[in-house]
Amino acid sequence: MSSVTTVVLAGVGGQGTILAGDVLAKVAMAEGYDVRLSEVHGMAQRGGSVITFVRFGEEVQSPVVDPGTADHLIAFEMIEAARRLPLLKREGRLVVNQRIVLPLPVLVGAAQVPDGLEAALAEEGAIFVDAEALACEAGSSKSANVVLLGAASAGLPLSQETWAEVIASRVPPATVEANLKAFELGRAACLKGACR
Amino acid sequence: MARALLSGNEAVARGAWEAGVAVGVGYPGTPSTETLENLARYDGVRCEWAPNEKVAAEVAAGVSLAGGRVLVTMKHVGLNVAADPLFTLAYTGVGGGYVLFVADDPGMHSSQNEQDSRRYAFAAKVPMLEPADPAEALFMTRLAFDLSETYDLPVLVRSTTRVSHSKGVVELDGGRVAPQCRPYVKDPAKWVMVPANARRRRVDLERRLARLREHSESAGLNRIEMRGTELGVVADGAAYRAVCEALPEASVLKIGMVHPFPDDLVRQFAASVERVVVVEELGPFVRDLVSLAGVQVQEIPLPQWGEVTPATVKAALGLPVEEGRVSPEGLPERPPLMCPGCPHRGVFWALKKTKAIVTGDIGCYTLGAAPPLAAMDSCVCMGASVGMAYGAALVENERPVVGVIGDSTFAHSGITGLVHMAYNGGAGTVVVLDNRTTAMTGHQGNPVSGVTLSGSHGRELDLEALARACGAEWVRTVDAMDLHGTLAALREAVASPALAVLIAKSPCALLSKCTKDPVAVDDDVCTACGACIQLGCPAISRTESGKAQIDVSICVGCGQCEQVCRFGAIVPAGPACDLGGSAR
Repeated sequence: MSSVTTVVLAGVGGQGTILAGDVLAKVAMAEGYDVRLSEVHGMAQRGGSVITFVRFGEEVQSPVVDPGTADHLIAFEMIEAARRLPLLKREGRLVVNQRIVLPLPVLVGAAQVPDGLEAALAEEGAIFVDAEALACEAGSSKSANVVLLGAASAGLPLSQETWAEVIASRVPPATVEANLKAFELGRAACLKGACR
Repeated sequence: MARALLSGNEAVARGAWEAGVAVGVGYPGTPSTETLENLARYDGVRCEWAPNEKVAAEVAAGVSLAGGRVLVTMKHVGLNVAADPLFTLAYTGVGGGYVLFVADDPGMHSSQNEQDSRRYAFAAKVPMLEPADPAEALFMTRLAFDLSETYDLPVLVRSTTRVSHSKGVVELDGGRVAPQCRPYVKDPAKWVMVPANARRRRVDLERRLARLREHSESAGLNRIEMRGTELGVVADGAAYRAVCEALPEASVLKIGMVHPFPDDLVRQFAASVERVVVVEELGPFVRDLVSLAGVQVQEIPLPQWGEVTPATVKAALGLPVEEGRVSPEGLPERPPLMCPGCPHRGVFWALKKTKAIVTGDIGCYTLGAAPPLAAMDSCVCMGASVGMAYGAALVENERPVVGVIGDSTFAHSGITGLVHMAYNGGAGTVVVLDNRTTAMTGHQGNPVSGVTLSGSHGRELDLEALARACGAEWVRTVDAMDLHGTLAALREAVASPALAVLIAKSPCALLSKCTKDPVAVDDDVCTACGACIQLGCPAISRTESGKAQIDVSICVGCGQCEQVCRFGAIVPAGPACDLGGSAR
C-alpha cells in the first residue's frame, strides 16, 4: 500500500474544502491513478469542522484515513490543523492557512483558543500560507482554497498542466484566470520557501 | 470507454438510468439525497420529491403496478416511514422493476440514530444488495432491476455514508436500456392483499426467495477471494474495502447480497481456511448469520457502533496500528451552527424568552438546541415535535409547551400530529418555521415552497388554510426576521386558550443570499451587556473589555443584532470590501 498517496483536507464548513478535494481527486484521476475521495455532508457543513479524504495510487482500497497514515494535511485554518494533526504521518507534509476561524464556543466566551497554537504547529513542521492575502492578490477573495491546493501541489506528484486543466474546468468561467493565478501564487510561495 | 469520478449516490443514479428506469421518487435525507438529484439530470426519467418516504414508496408501487421501472430513495430512518408498504410489497411482488435505495449512516455523521437497514431486508423478506464502492453501486443498482423483475420482488440496495459520499473511478461502459413499460395486467390475486390472497402470496414469497437464494450462492455478488488459508474474513458493504486494505494476505468472502444469505458459500469458505472472522459495521449481524449457517466464528472485539476502518480491523485482530501525532491540548470544539442571517435564530431568541418547554424536530433548526440559544428541549424523529408538544402538555401544568417544526418536516409528518391535537381538544402552540426550502439536506423544494425536483413551481401548500382546516383557531404568519414581532405573536399564541399555529416565515439565508452591508459596534455606546452575543451569530464576539465586535467578513447585515441591542450600539459599517472583509 506504500504506493498510495493520502491527503487530508481539513477546514470549516463553507471554506471550500469539498471543491478543493474534488479538484485534487480529478487531477489524480486524469494522471491515470485509481482514486478514492470521502467527505461528510449535512449537519457538519453548517459552520462545523469538515474533513475530506483523497487517496490515490495504483490501487486504492479504503476511502477513509486512519491516524498516522496521511502523507499530506492541508488545513484551511489553524484550529482545524491542530485538530486533525493525529491523522498525519511523522514524516507527512503539513500545509496550514495562517488564520483562525473562531468557533462559536469561543465567540460566546465558553472556550478559548489555546495559547501558542501557531508555534505548536510550527514545531510540527507546518508550512504556513496566507491564503486569503494571496487569493486577493490573484484577484478573487474566494480562491483561497485554490491557493492552498497550489501550496500543497509543490509536494504532490501531479503535473502542473493537469492541475491547470482541471481547475479551469471546475470553477465558474469568469473566475478561471483568478483561480489559475491563485494556484500559481500558492505553489510559487511554497517552492520559494516564502510561505514558511 | 469513458472513466468518471462518481460518488456512490451518482453511481446509483447512473445505474438506475442505464436500467431504463421510468420514474425516481424519494425524500431527501443525508447521505442519500444526491441520488435523486442526479437521476433528475438524465433525460427520459421523471423524478419527484415526495412529502415523505411512505408516499414515495407508494407512488413507486403504482409505477411498478402499471409496469414501469422505478427507483425509490431515502435515508435509513426514512425506511421506518416506508416500511408499511414495503412489507406488503414483498407479498405482491412487482410489475416493473422496483428498487429501493436506502443509505445508512454508521457513526451518525448527520443522523439521530445509526439503525441498520440490513435487518429490514430480513424482517420484510426482501432481497438486499450491498455495494462496497461507487463502481459496485452502479453495477448493483442496474442489476437490481433485473433481479426485481426476474424474481418478482422489490429489491433493496443499501449503502452507507462511505459509499454514498465517497467518490471512485467508475467505467461507464453501459448505455441506457430502452425503457419498456410492461403491459398492465389485471391480477387481483397478486395485487389485492386481502387475507385470502395474502395467505397464498405469503407462501409464494418463500418460493421466490428460495429461487433467489440459488442466485445468491452462485452469481458472483457473493464471492470467495482466496489468498492465504490461515485467516478467512467474511465482510459486507464498505467493511470489505477496509478488510482488503488492512489484511492483504487474508482470504475474503465478500458479501454483496446479504439477503438471501449464501449459507452454502459460507460453509464452503469456512472449509477452505483455518479460522473465520466476520468484519462488519453495526454488527453482530452477518456474524450471527454465519453462525446460523453452522460455521464456527472466531470472536473479535469490533465495536458495535460507528464505522469500520482499516485501523479498527487491525486493532480487532491484535495487529499493530500507526500512532498519529498529538494535537495541542485544550482545542475548542467546533459544533455546526446557524449561518449568519439565518431566520431561525430570531425565533429561538423569542422562544427562549417565553420560558416554554420546546419540543423540536429534524432540520437545521435543531441547532436551536445548542448554546447560547439552547431553546429546544427535544429532537427525536421527523414530525415528533407536534405530538410530543401535545403529550407533554397533558401532564405539564407549570410551563407552556411549544412544538417547533420546519416547513418540509411539517409536510412530512407534522400534519397528522396537528390533527391529533385538534381532534383531542389540544390548546397548545405549534410554530412552523417556513424558510421556503428543505435546507439541511441542500435546499430541496418541498410542498410548502411548491418548487419541484424538476425545477417547476407548482402549487404551494397553504399553511394557514391547512392549520385552520385541521382545527387551529389562532393562526398567524409573522416575518421571522422581525424579532420583536415574532416574540409578541409567540407570547399571544402561548397565552391564548385556542389551539395556535404560528408560521414564522422568511427564506433561508443561503437561499436569499442576504448580503447587505455589514454592521459594526459603536464602542462608545456598547455597554458590554452581552445581549447580541446571546444570538449565537458567528460574526459576533467579545473584545477583551467584554464589548461586542463584529467580523465584517462574516456579517451579512441581516439586522438581527441591531434589533436586540437596547442601546443602539450596532450601526452600519459600510461596504465590506472597503473594510478588508468579504473573504468568504
